[in-house]
Amino acid sequence: MIPLAWYIALSAVLFTIGALGVLVRRNPLVIFMSIELMLNSANLAFIAFSHAFGALSGQVFVFFVMAVAAAEVAVGLALIVAIFRTKHTINVDEMNSLKG
Amino acid sequence: MHFSEAMPAGFFSLAPWIVFFPLLGLLVNLIFGKRLPERAIGWIASLASGAAFVVSILLALSLREHAEGTRVLLAEWIHIGNLRLDWAFRVDTLSVTMMLVVSGVGTLIHIYAIGYMHEDVRFKGDPGRYRRFFVFFNLFIVAMMILVGGDSYLMLFVGWEGVGLCSFLLIGFWYDMDTLGRPSWANSNAAKKAFVTNRIGDFGFLMAAFLMFWSFGSLNFDEVFAQAPLLAQAMPGLVIAMTLFMLLGVSGKSAQIPLYIWLPDAMAGPTPVSALIHAATMVTAGVYLIARSAPLYVTVPAAQYLVALLGATTALFAATIAVGQYDIKKVLAYSTISQLGFMVAAVGMGAFVAGMFHLVTHAFFKALLFLSAGSVILGLERGHHHLAHATHHGKEHDPHAHAEVFDPGDMRNMGGLRKRMPVTFWLYLIGTLALAGIFPFAGFWSKDEILADAFREGYQAVYWLLTIAAFFTAFYMGRQIWLVFFGEARHEAAAHAQESPWIMTAPLMVLAALSVLGGALNLPGLHSLTSWLEHTLEMVHPGEFIFPVAALSTVLALLALGLSWWVYGRRPLVAGQVDPLKQAFGPLFIALENKWYVDEGYWAVFVNRYIALARWLAEKVEWAFWHEWFHDTVLVSGFNFLSQKVLHLRLDRQVVDAFFDGLATLTGRIARRLSPLQNGFVRSYALMVLSGVVLILGYLLLKG
Repeated sequence: MIPLAWYIALSAVLFTIGALGVLVRRNPLVIFMSIELMLNSANLAFIAFSHAFGALSGQVFVFFVMAVAAAEVAVGLALIVAIFRTKHTINVDEMNSLKG
Repeated sequence: MHFSEAMPAGFFSLAPWIVFFPLLGLLVNLIFGKRLPERAIGWIASLASGAAFVVSILLALSLREHAEGTRVLLAEWIHIGNLRLDWAFRVDTLSVTMMLVVSGVGTLIHIYAIGYMHEDVRFKGDPGRYRRFFVFFNLFIVAMMILVGGDSYLMLFVGWEGVGLCSFLLIGFWYDMDTLGRPSWANSNAAKKAFVTNRIGDFGFLMAAFLMFWSFGSLNFDEVFAQAPLLAQAMPGLVIAMTLFMLLGVSGKSAQIPLYIWLPDAMAGPTPVSALIHAATMVTAGVYLIARSAPLYVTVPAAQYLVALLGATTALFAATIAVGQYDIKKVLAYSTISQLGFMVAAVGMGAFVAGMFHLVTHAFFKALLFLSAGSVILGLERGHHHLAHATHHGKEHDPHAHAEVFDPGDMRNMGGLRKRMPVTFWLYLIGTLALAGIFPFAGFWSKDEILADAFREGYQAVYWLLTIAAFFTAFYMGRQIWLVFFGEARHEAAAHAQESPWIMTAPLMVLAALSVLGGALNLPGLHSLTSWLEHTLEMVHPGEFIFPVAALSTVLALLALGLSWWVYGRRPLVAGQVDPLKQAFGPLFIALENKWYVDEGYWAVFVNRYIALARWLAEKVEWAFWHEWFHDTVLVSGFNFLSQKVLHLRLDRQVVDAFFDGLATLTGRIARRLSPLQNGFVRSYALMVLSGVVLILGYLLLKG
């Protein structure tokens, strides 16, 4: 039996990789992938706790997260396409017109 | 009929209608009068007054059964703390006597005015004022009924002021002309004089009322009278002050020295006004007030003596002035003052019945005399009018006839009217004999009762003053008769004078009958008025008939009439001739002509000083000091200094503005510092979110 802490550690590592990816990468597709990584690290933590405490609600939450992630990717990809059509680039650093 | 404990029986509950009926007439004429013909307006007003008279008779009939009278509550008025004042009518023998006189004589004068005002408004050239006259006339009856019917001094005061207002309105009825019809403010000045003089008297009344409330805690007649004897024992000075302040009010309303001066000027009003308000009813309100306050006065003999002496002095003083007047109405005005003096003297002596008796008979014969004088004046106006038309049609132009200002009230323009106006002559003669006190006319009995009471009660000075006044009364009335009706016409208008129509003479005949028979009210031995009034005035006792007193006054009256014949009747005055008395007495008569220069004296002592004071206050204090200096200099510069230097520059600019300007600068500065944070890079925002989450989570984890 693998102890709970390992799962949590893996989840934390994955979350950190995802967060760093969001912060440092400039390609929105990669950023999306990083966001997915963060969401799934959270899912992993949910499943681990759910299994450890025998509570089903954690697993229900995972389904919610997966549904929301799918919707988010659909909207996000549509936005990227729309942006590419107007700006002919998808580099996020070019998108700074809301600068103060 | 309404029966209850508060209202014993009979017609007592009708009492408020003595006010409501004239009020109804007033409102009808006020609202619909514009569309009604003249006759209808006059008859509505007369009927309204007549209905009040009928109610008064019903009240009198009820009083025969229940002589103690009653109090009829109409509505609550003022209830504050201990002060309880209601609109309540006091129905007793005294108030009903006044109601009968006011509404009875009032109705006759209303009817007379239908005819009189019809011609008067046309001679004065403004028929539109016909309705206004009857509205005012009804309003007067309303106010007078409140005055005599009131149950407390305050309600009496409401009526007191109401009749004062009507008096003002009716004296100034022809406010834009003088008595001769020329454009001028003379009539409205006369109205103002009456109003202002009466205000001085009203001050006295109010002071008396305040003192009463202060010392008795009530203004109701019953409550005041119940406590009066106790207070008179404890603090007689207070009761004396009360009664003397009241006397000031009386001297204003009832035209006694020193405030009588308004009444002769009040003759500027139309003649029915002079008859109703300034002879028969309103001016007797003061006499009524003293009679009503009898329980108060009997407690302070000193005040009583002063009242009696004042009345007697006025009686003689005014009677002498009447001798020197040429205006037919002025003579009657001074005669009224003189007769009011008789009444005031009587009620002052405690001869309340004699005073009220004379009030009633005087209302009859003085109304008769005034209205007959009105008939004479209109007769002359008709003659003058007739002449003006004749010359206008006859000759091409006669500048003299138009340039001349004709005074139809001047007795020097009259003469020989006995033949032109026989009905008026006989009526006037009856009034004269009644006023002069010739047996058996009404004036003989009432005046004699006053004289007899003065004699019996030991008021020597009062008795002799009144007796001499009675002599003068007969003399000036005789003078009037000879000047007006005998001899030859001294003016063309008098030669063409025309008799008045029946609507004017018919009410006069009723008044003449009352002037002849009025003495029957209180004949010696019968004392019907005494036994009627003693239900209200418990202290009265029947007077005695003192033969020497009656004989002396009758002999003096006959002597005065004879003397007037010797002066004026034997050799009648011809046109342009100076009054024979003026030839004989010169300066003395000129002083009489000028009313003993009382008006001039008042001008010198009070009015001019007052005007000077008012001018000083207006020019120096108000304008130069307050307006020019204080407002325009001190206030304006102070305000400018405060607003410019202090508020604007210091407070607004340097404090308020500086604060908000600083706030704006600070906000801008902070914003400029913070704006680089919003660099548009989504990743840097995400980093901030992350670092924020890490910080918060770190804090929460490390804390716990």
